[in-house]
Order: sequence, then structure tokens, then C-alpha cells
Amino acid sequence: MDKPKVATTSLAGCFGCHMSILDIDDRILKLIELVDFDKSPVDDIKNFTGQCAIGIIEGGCCNEENVHVLQEFRKHCNILIACGDCATMGGIPAMRNNIPLKECIDEAYKNSPSVYNPKNITPNDKELPLLLNKVYPCQEVVKIDYFLPGCPPSADTIWQALVALLNNKPLDLPYKLIKYD
Amino acid sequence: MSDNITFTIDGVEVKARHGETIIEAADRAGIYIPRLCYMKDLIPHGSCRVCTVMVNGRPQAACTQPVVQGIVVENNTPAMQKHRRNLIDMLFVEGNHFCMFCEKSGNCELQAMAYRFGIPAPKYPYMFPDKDIDASHPDIFIDRNRCILCGRCVSASRDVDGKTAFEFAGRGPHKKIAVNAEANLGDTNAEASDKAMSVCPVGALMKKRIGFAVPIGSRKYDTKPIGSEIESSTRK
Amino acid sequence: MSENLGTFIKNVCHKYKKDKTRLMDIACEVQEQFGCVSGKAMDLIAGEISIHRVEVENLVSFYAFLSKEPKGKIVIRLCNDIIDELNGAEEVAKAFSEELGIKVGQTTADGKITLEYTPCIGMCDQAPAAMVNDVIVTNLNSDKARKIAHSIKKHGDPSKLSAPLGDGNNANELVLSMVNNNIRQKGEVIFARHEQGAGLTKALSLSPVEVIRDIKTARLRGRGGAGFPTGMKWEFARQATGTNRYVICNADEGEPGTFKDRVILTECPDLMFEGMTIAGYAIGSETGILYLRGEYAYLRAFLEKILSNRRKNGMLGKDVGGKKGFNFDIRIQMGAGAYICGEETALISSCEGLRGDPKTRPPFPAQKGYLASPTTVNNVETFCCVARILDKGAPWFTEIGSQGSPSTKLLSVSGDCKKPGVYEVPFGIKVSDLLKMVGAEDTAAVQVGGPSGQMIGPADFKRTICYDDLATGGSIMIFNSTRDVLRIASKFMEFFVEESCGYCTPCRTGNVLLKERLDRIIAGKGEPSDLDYLQELGESVKVSSRCGMGQTSPNPVLSTLKNFRGQYEKLTKRSKDGLMQSFDIKAAIADAEAIAGRPSEKFSLNS
Ligand SMILES: Cc1cc2nc3c(=O)[nH]c(=O)nc-3n(C[C@H](O)[C@H](O)[C@H](O)COP(=O)(O)O)c2cc1C
Ligand code: SF4
Ligand code: SF4
Ligand code: FES
Ligand code: FES
Repeated sequence: MDKPKVATTSLAGCFGCHMSILDIDDRILKLIELVDFDKSPVDDIKNFTGQCAIGIIEGGCCNEENVHVLQEFRKHCNILIACGDCATMGGIPAMRNNIPLKECIDEAYKNSPSVYNPKNITPNDKELPLLLNKVYPCQEVVKIDYFLPGCPPSADTIWQALVALLNNKPLDLPYKLIKYD
Repeated sequence: MSDNITFTIDGVEVKARHGETIIEAADRAGIYIPRLCYMKDLIPHGSCRVCTVMVNGRPQAACTQPVVQGIVVENNTPAMQKHRRNLIDMLFVEGNHFCMFCEKSGNCELQAMAYRFGIPAPKYPYMFPDKDIDASHPDIFIDRNRCILCGRCVSASRDVDGKTAFEFAGRGPHKKIAVNAEANLGDTNAEASDKAMSVCPVGALMKKRIGFAVPIGSRKYDTKPIGSEIESSTRK
Repeated sequence: MSENLGTFIKNVCHKYKKDKTRLMDIACEVQEQFGCVSGKAMDLIAGEISIHRVEVENLVSFYAFLSKEPKGKIVIRLCNDIIDELNGAEEVAKAFSEELGIKVGQTTADGKITLEYTPCIGMCDQAPAAMVNDVIVTNLNSDKARKIAHSIKKHGDPSKLSAPLGDGNNANELVLSMVNNNIRQKGEVIFARHEQGAGLTKALSLSPVEVIRDIKTARLRGRGGAGFPTGMKWEFARQATGTNRYVICNADEGEPGTFKDRVILTECPDLMFEGMTIAGYAIGSETGILYLRGEYAYLRAFLEKILSNRRKNGMLGKDVGGKKGFNFDIRIQMGAGAYICGEETALISSCEGLRGDPKTRPPFPAQKGYLASPTTVNNVETFCCVARILDKGAPWFTEIGSQGSPSTKLLSVSGDCKKPGVYEVPFGIKVSDLLKMVGAEDTAAVQVGGPSGQMIGPADFKRTICYDDLATGGSIMIFNSTRDVLRIASKFMEFFVEESCGYCTPCRTGNVLLKERLDRIIAGKGEPSDLDYLQELGESVKVSSRCGMGQTSPNPVLSTLKNFRGQYEKLTKRSKDGLMQSFDIKAAIADAEAIAGRPSEKFSLNS
């Protein structure tokens, strides 16, 4: 029988949640027995090879590329998990949410005291994804099935969630595993 | 005074004194009624509504409702827990709670309440309101992003410290905590040693330079849910 | 200017005997004089009456008619209630806006004129309407609006805007208003001919306990909306311990679509004051307060005059009506733009010089109300009923109306009908009969009891208006089949969001969330599951709110969910691919496209 597939991605996140996935330590060997990784930075597969059982999303959506990837994940994954505070509530990137976009860009490229930009250029290549007016938590863009809070969620949280969902069990996190920091 | 009033909470008989509120009697009986704005020794504000219970079938705030002989109180029922969870969700989305860098995290009563209710994420959309921070005082700061308008600091400053350094301003969704000066806390006579500075349930009114002193794992609510101190207490 | 401010504040505070419970009046006078209560003014007032400055800010920041930021000498407040909107308020706003060269919410560059929106000002039967300072202008259209803006710019005198004068006492020299009474039907109780003072004379011939007994026998219930038995309330107030007792008349009339108290205040103020005096006698009070909403300030001078006449005639003051030892007087407390102040404990807070936050109950006002003394708060119409009951007797009163709801009720009828105005009808009248009476055709929905009441559809038109079926404080808004029921509900939610006092979590935030999801559905971006979401959220707000406002504010959503569910179902559809229909990528990248000067590579072409 084919092993179920898992895909992961980091949108507007810091890869901390992915570090936490790796933090399951030797349990990763068990995980490999249970699942195959599809599109994910873990194995560097760039495009979906087929339908996945579970998609794990780190980070919210701060630009159009994030939206695109998240929508692709929704289409290719039966279960979608918003993993970490950035995915569930925007996280640190969302601190910009009540500052106008132009101000954010100018601060980043022009005004901030640490900026060295003698030609006063704001990068604007076609390849650069456009920023959204604010950072959107994942559930505002696509339907999310499960939320794992934490910045990042602990390895135990991620592990327990995966094991439960892969075994079609309800996700009942114990007190110690629901943390917002 | 003696415990001459009897009533029930979820079928359990509780004894109470005349003049006591339901929450006070419940606390003494080791029954936890979830609450956020209420704090022992301050005038109950009754604003968060998390302590809402059914009293003879009608909703009342347990922190302000006096006990009456024979009342039937419903506390830990699926319906009440659902409403409470919704209130907690509302408090999260109406503010900006970045727990990952909040000095209060682990000791925050709002966060702890969400943990107790097992909330992975609020069901309502985040509002990301524009709120400000007042760091003008050398020893204290206000981060209005985190304020839940519980009124504790208002009451403590007025009734305990005798200063009235805080009051509310604005109404509806624009309501906010204001200070007794044109704009800055630094221009008031508030001091870090005031009672008001040790009552905030969240990370909104904080003393400077004490954040993150306790390591993760040893903070107040890291391992024990809020309310367990009451549930484990024996009847006094 | 600042010395000027200092002297003014000194004098005003002196006038109110440096009494901090009169902070409301002090702040209103400063606002009127200087167009704001500035930070400096707050400092000065606080110093004069020995409170903290932040307590002044606490009050000033609460009321819509008070402001810390300067406003124009002339403030034009456009009613943006739904009824006004259906009658073209948007055009009117546009005309004002163009003529003054400012947007709604702004002040002209010379600082002279401010243009704002305000919720229902109680003129729905002559909408669109607006306030120019205290002056009411009605039946507006864009031409009239332009003329008003033009002449205000020229002479700056709102009192010149009142022509032609309205009917009845609206033309009284102390009113001089273009407002019309529009009394469409007179009943036997309120608008019937009656002998002035007969009720009070009768009351004074009885003992206070006997007066209360008569009110109880008449089974009089409050006309302000909640329907509490008046006799019982008075009995509680009479029996509660306290040295002083107070009678407060609730003339805040803030429930959108209600304007019947305005007509009583204009045409039968003596009957109302008589009722208050009887209440004073019954509960043992020496002081009455008429809490008059700020929107009705144009009636103030007239009402003051009535009061002074009553004093002259011995109907107020010492030994009222010749009754030795019964001293009673009435003062007027002005409100300043806050719907919540109609809630009786919020109203008491306001009378005490505080922001209009409702109080924690218990204690109830009858036990500990105004200044912690036993207080009865009753509606304008209730007091009129009182005077009539004493005059004509309880049996007469109970013979009118229905079994469970004796007597008549004043209804304020507005919206899609030929004859909007005030109707005095017997309780128990069928909605369908009322609709016929007011000339309503093609009616699709009736909002009974204002936004806090129920939106009903034709299936419910056979129901009756009374305490046991469709209760109402008087507001009846009629909508024909061209109107969008959900849009109306959204408008009502906007009202509650603006008017919540913000004290408790569910009302402060729950209403915002209800409106957000309702609007999402109206925009065609809702999911079927949003209906359950709204239902549960609405119930939580109702159950957990601290006062009657939050306990009823979800009603626009909940009653339309119940009675107009098809409209919701028509608008919602399941997202097939799990993408949120409410997420609008075009809107989300619009700013960035403008800043970058290029369209999105991903989302502009393929969608
Ligand atoms: C939000 C809110 C607004 C209210 N507004 C009014 C009002 O404008 N006029 C009024 O008479 N009652 C109003 N009420 C009802 C009052 O609280 C109170 O019940 C009433 O004034 C009592 O008078 P009655 O018994 O004669 O009706 C309001 C209640 C709530 C909760
Ligand atoms: S600052 Fe803290 S104590 Fe004060 S009202 Fe806000 S949450 Fe409560
Ligand atoms: S329900 Fe709560 S927030 Fe709303 S008006 Fe009443 S006390 Fe204020
Ligand atoms: S604890 Fe009772 S309302 Fe907040
Ligand atoms: S823990 Fe950060 S706001 Fe509560």
C-alpha cells in the first residue's frame, strides 16, 4: 500500500516551525516509515506530485506568492494544518497590519536608520511578488482544518498532531501542548 | 458571620454568607467559575462576562450577583462553556495579542483562560486594531494592544492607591484606558509600587525591566491550568 | 482666549455650585461656548470641582455631542438612520458636502461649520432630517440642503432656518420649529381631551399607598419598552430605605423609529409633569428629573417655561396643590448624544455627571438609584398614563385595550406608508389592521420595537401588538418589497456598534463581528455555515451582555435569520475548492499594484 503523503511549506514565516518539525529528533525515522514527503523544503520537492493526505503550513500570507502557494496546498491536501502563530494569527509579520503599505516599504528600503541605499531604489522586479495590504492568517484565505498554535509549536505538538491525524483519530492536544509562545 | 445561605452550583450544595457574591461563595467551596476581570479585594467590574452563569435559568455575572437562598446555579455546562469560549475568542481578536514576545506570556490570565478552554485559535477574524503604546514613564509602560478593559487598574488606582491615575475614555469599540494627563503616563503621579501596577491580568500595564525573568516551564500557567488553585483548595 | 476659557469655566462651575454631579451640564456649556472641551478645559474643570482631569475626559469622550477636538460654531448633524436613507439622505449628505466643500465628518477650513452623521433624531415621519446646532430641519432634499448650507454660510444663524413653522406647539414662540406632530389618530388616554390637573388633585386626596394601589389595579406597565409593572416599581422605591427619593422621566427616546415622546413633550407636557408629580407623591420624593435627549434641545426653553408656570400655579414647589408637606420640583437634565443613556441605569449615571455606563445590578434603581437613593425611572408616556388613571380610575383604564395589556399605546409609524406619524391605538391591534390604517401597501417587512425589537414578515402580520405578543416601545418601521431586509439589518447593526458603551466584551466586540459576517453574506461571499456562526454568536451576545442593549442588539440578525432565512440562503453558497470566498485577492494587492506601478503577474490575468 502506498504511504500517505505529507507536504509542508513556509509562507510568511521564519522557518522556526520547520525547525520544530525537525526537532522531533529520532522520531523522524518513524515518520518516514509512516509517510512520504511530497512538496516540502524538507526534501526540496518544488511541485506537488499528487494528492496529499496532510499539508502543513507555516506562516501567514504577506504577498501574492504566499496566497498562490496556500491555494495550491488547499487543492492538493485533504487535511490542511495551520502550524504556528504566524499561520494562525499572522505572527510577527502581522505587526505591520495597521501601518499603510507604502510606509512599510519606505521604512524598509529608505527611511530606517540602518538602510544603506545611496541610489534610493525600491526594488521592483517583475519576479518580486507583490505584497498584500496586510498579512492574512491562513484561515482568511483558505479553509483550514486544524490549528497548532505556538511560536513555534513544540515538536511534541507537531508529532502528536501528525500521529493522531494519520490514524484518523481526533486531535485532542493535552494542556501542556497548547501554547501561544 | 455564619454560612446561613445554601444554594447549588451544578447540583452541588454550597454554603454562603449573606452579602457574598456567587463567585466568592464558589471560590470558598473550591468550585471554579472562570473569570477575567474579577480580582479579589477590588470592586467587581463585571465587564468581561466570562463568569456568566445561569441563576434560576437567567444569565447573570457570578462576580456581581449576590447569593440568595435556594438559587440554582449552572456553571460548568456545555452551553455556558460555549458562551465563555466565544467571549475569550472575542477578547483575542479585538486586540493585538502577540504572545510570542509578550512579557506576560505564561503568566497572562487571558492566555491561560484560552489554554484552559483548549483553544487552538479563535473562531472569529482578527481585527488588527490600531492601538498605541505609552512608554513615557521611567518604570511602567502601557501596551493598549493587550488591554482587555477589565477595569482593575482603574479601581486599584482610585480605590487603593487614591490616585485615579487611570480611567476609561471613548465608547464602544473605541473604548480605551486613559491616563490622568494630556497623553502620557509619565506625566502622572503613578509609581511602580502602586497597587495598580500589579493587577493587570494581561501584558497591558507592566513594570519595565522585569519581563522574561522566569524561564519557560516555570511560569504560572505553564503546567497548571488557571483555576486549578481554587479547584484543589479545600473548603475554608 | 485662554483667560476667557478660565473665567468662563470658573463661572459655569460656580453656577453649578462646584457640584461634580453636574459635570454633564458644565461640559455641555463649555462645549457650546468653545466648540470643544479641550485638554486645557479639562484641567480647569477638574481643578474647579475637585476631581481628576481623566474623569472629565472619561465623560467628554463618551458623548457624541461633546468633543476634545474643536468643532465648528455650527454643527450640522445629518440623521443617517435607515428611514432617512430610504428617503434620500444620501443625496442630502452629498448636497451639504458639496455646498460646504467638506466631507461628512469634517470641519470647514475656516473652522466655522462641521458636518457629521448622527443616528435617529426622532423625526422619521418627516425624514430626511438634520440638526443644525439645536435647530431641526425636516423633509430635506438636495435643493433644501443646498439652500440651508448656503444661508448658514452667509448668516451663521440656525434659528433662521425654521420656516415654515410646524403644527401645534411647534409654532409656540419658545419652540419655533418646523417639526410637525403628525398626530394621525387620537385615542382615549393620551391625546383625549382632559381636565388639567384632575389626576393630581385626585392623587393628593388619596394616601400615597392608595395611589400606588390604583396604579397596580390599572395594571399599568412601562411604555418605554421593557414593560415593567409601574405600581410595583413605585412600591419598591417607596419601601426602600433612604432619606431622599427621586423620580426620573426618561425622555431619551433613542430607539430608532421612535418619536412619540417628542409629540407628548410638545403637546402634553403638563400631563407628563403631572404624572411625575403624582409619582413624587406616591414614593415620597421631593425631586424629579426630566432627562431630555440632546436631540430635543429645541424643546428645552418651552419645557422650562411650562415648569415655571407650574411653579407659579403651585403645582410644583412647596406644598404642591395645597397639600401640606408635599414639596416637589423638577429639573431638566440634558443628554448629549448617546442611545445607551435611555437604559435606566445609564441614564442615572448621566444624571450624576458620569459617562453613560449602565450600572451593576443589583442594586436596582428602586433600591439604590440616583445618588444611591431609591429612584423610579419611567417613560414619558407612562407618566401620562399615570395622570389619566388617577383622573378617570383604574377600571376605565383596564377596559380599553386587550386582556393582558390594558389601555392604549402610542406608536411611531414610519417608512413605506402613506401616513407616517403618531397613532394612539388600543393594545391588541393586529399588525395587518395597523398597516391598513397607516396606508401601507406591498409591505414585505415590519420592524416592531426598533432595531432592538423584531423584524417580521407577512406570515406574522396577523399577530398583535401588546406585551404578550409583539411588544414595542412605540417604534414601527415599515418596509415594502423593494427594500433589502438584510441591508436594513446591517444598518441596525452599525447603529449598535456605534452606540455600545463598550463596557462589556460581548456588546463591544460581538456586534462588530455580527456586522462583519452579515456584510460578508450580503456581498455574496458567505458560506452556508455562516448562518450557524451568526446564530451562535448572536446567542452568546444576548446571554452574556451586561445590560439590555447587548441583550437585544443581535436581534436584527437573529430575527431576520428566523423570519427571512430564505434571503440568507439565496446569498450563500459553499466554496467547492476550499478557498475562502471572502478573501479578495484583488483588493489585497491593489495597494501594491499602485505602488509598484505594475499589475500582478499571478492574479491579474487568470481571474
Ligand atoms: C439600550 C436601551 C435604551 C433604552 N432607551 C429608552 C428610551 O429611550 N426611553 C425609555 O423610556 N426607555 C428606554 N429604555 C428602557 C429603560 O431602561 C427603562 O426600562 C424605562 O425607561 C422604564 O420606564 P417604563 O417602565 O415607564 O417603561 C431603554 C433600555 C435600553 C436597554
Ligand atoms: S490596562 Fe490591564 S488592568 Fe487596566 S483595564 Fe487594561 S487589562 Fe485591565
Ligand atoms: S451590553 Fe455591555 S457594552 Fe453594551 S451597552 Fe450594555 S454594558 Fe455597555
Ligand atoms: S469576572 Fe465577572 S464579568 Fe468579568
Ligand atoms: S500573553 Fe501576550 S498578551 Fe497575553
